[in-house]
Amino acid sequence: MAHPPAADRSSRPTEASPGIPEPILLGMYRNIYATRRFELRCIELYRQGMIRGYLHPYLGEEAVAAGACAALRPQDYIASTHRGHGHCISKGADLRLMMAEITGKATGYCKGRGGSMHISSKQLNHLGANGIVGGGIPIATGAGMGIKVQQTDQVVIAFFSDGASNNGVFAESLNLAGIYQLPVIYLLENNHYAVSTPIECATGCCDLAGRGPAYGVPGICVDGNDAREVYRETLQAVARARRGEGPTLIEASTYRHGGHHVNDPGLYMNPETLAAWKDRDPLVLMRRALGDEAKIRAIEEQVEAELEAAVTFAAESPEPSVAEFLAGIQD
Amino acid sequence: MTDIMYREALRRALDEEMQRDPLVFIMGETIAERGGSYKVTEGLVKKYGPRRVVDTPIAEASFTGMAVGAALVGCRPVVEILFIDFAMLVMDQIVNQAAKYEFISGGQGKVPMVLRTQGGAGNGLAAQHSQSLEALFYHIPGLKVVMPATPHDACGLLKAAIRDDDPVIFIEHKLLYMTQGPIPDDEYVIPLGKADIKKPGRDATIITYSYMTLKCLEAAAALESEGISVEVVDLRTLTPLDKETILASVRRTGRAMVVHEACKRGGVGGDIAAMLMEEAYDDLDGPVVRVAGKNTPVPYNVRIEQACVPSVEDIVEGVLRML
Repeated sequence: MAHPPAADRSSRPTEASPGIPEPILLGMYRNIYATRRFELRCIELYRQGMIRGYLHPYLGEEAVAAGACAALRPQDYIASTHRGHGHCISKGADLRLMMAEITGKATGYCKGRGGSMHISSKQLNHLGANGIVGGGIPIATGAGMGIKVQQTDQVVIAFFSDGASNNGVFAESLNLAGIYQLPVIYLLENNHYAVSTPIECATGCCDLAGRGPAYGVPGICVDGNDAREVYRETLQAVARARRGEGPTLIEASTYRHGGHHVNDPGLYMNPETLAAWKDRDPLVLMRRALGDEAKIRAIEEQVEAELEAAVTFAAESPEPSVAEFLAGIQD
Repeated sequence: MTDIMYREALRRALDEEMQRDPLVFIMGETIAERGGSYKVTEGLVKKYGPRRVVDTPIAEASFTGMAVGAALVGCRPVVEILFIDFAMLVMDQIVNQAAKYEFISGGQGKVPMVLRTQGGAGNGLAAQHSQSLEALFYHIPGLKVVMPATPHDACGLLKAAIRDDDPVIFIEHKLLYMTQGPIPDDEYVIPLGKADIKKPGRDATIITYSYMTLKCLEAAAALESEGISVEVVDLRTLTPLDKETILASVRRTGRAMVVHEACKRGGVGGDIAAMLMEEAYDDLDGPVVRVAGKNTPVPYNVRIEQACVPSVEDIVEGVLRML
């Protein structure tokens, strides 16, 4: 299957970063790097038996979350997916609490009850990752409705995938958001695979952004490996939403650097296509755009320290108490 | 006290709660201008406007999911699913999302939403508009299930459901909307999880809920004239289940029967019967009896439709079998 890298489908210049303030650029790089390193560390911990269950790395897609969340204010909401670590990190999560959750500890965001697929944070206005593909789309839409009822100027980003875009709730929600002009940005991360099914085999029309206008919702296609482009388009969509001008569908074209989850080698992925996408690695693109080696190194050192502290925190944290858990169950 | 219809009682609850709390809003199909298929929401859009009384397209899964999201960001949404049969379209959002959120998030977030819907046979609406599906929701930890039988209970319980911080499945019965009953003129709330002894009695306990409460009361009246005194316990709320009231009644009478319209197989009655076996075996003078709907889809023709659901005669017969 041919999945040309995003740049080949985008007419925008990717090397320059006109108009984006340096703190935003550095922040996006920090989140891309932190996500990359976090995921690689999680895979190590999984192999060592510290993490059980499913683990769906966001490797290769980091720029989507980093770019989109950079366009938000802290009080804005996100809803995430089973491949959600990047969204969580880019929304400002504490790596210690994330790692504790993923290793099932009582100190984690969800007290060890959720794990990798279910991290949420009330404090961050992160409505949660979701184990059901597409499950977060109506919830994000409803958060938009809640904002409308409460008449604040918050916005919501619903992160979901090309796989979820073929679920009924995507069509319903896009339609609903169009009717009520809800402040929701539908961020479709097109990584070109639903588990192992290529997008061409899952739809008769691969123009996923084009589904927006069908419901009266603007649809935009961006290079999902370039955080700057994701940021620019999200920023515009967010501004429209805050002005009461309704939802936007953004299709960010990107690619997984591996299989569906940690135990899926992704042998169905064409090695040449994968190599072409890796040539446009979001981490490398962002590093190149920044240029300032000293600042890059400072960010990376900071992230490495945070990450090691997170692993230590998780390792030293207590397991949830079985007695406490059982005592909380109502008959 | 004033006599009002069940649907008016529901409307009064919605109206009072919307008046009281600006975070309460309602969504559903044709509920605004048209006032809902059963006229429960009539007039509310005029009073509260289209921002809080929202007509939706026929997209049950997503507008129910929207209630979950709106609840998470601070609102108290009430969604109306026209028929409980259509609630089968929203099971992911109810079972996997609403019921799980507080638990999965480690208690960070609550989902204070109400899903109002109605079920039951009796109007010739056939198999896809006549089901009694409460057992599906009863089975799911994280949900509360409320099934009021009278206008008084409908109003007080709907208010409690809206104020509750957990997702509540509020199931009405299509044959109840036009029934009348007295309700207090002053505002009142009925706490969830409290059964109501609708008729006290000595010889046997009937445990029931929703529309079947009316049938059981008829049966009890008929038996009373023959000198048999039956206690009718209306559960009102299935989850949380008021075991205390059930057990106290059964310990008094020594005989228990569960009556519901839903299919007998896998029904709530089986669970209550098992609970009585576990917790009141020594107090029982005989086996617990179930009088319930037949294990069949509901047919269209009125004669065979009526054959599906318990009649007053079935209930009387069930009691006589116990004695």
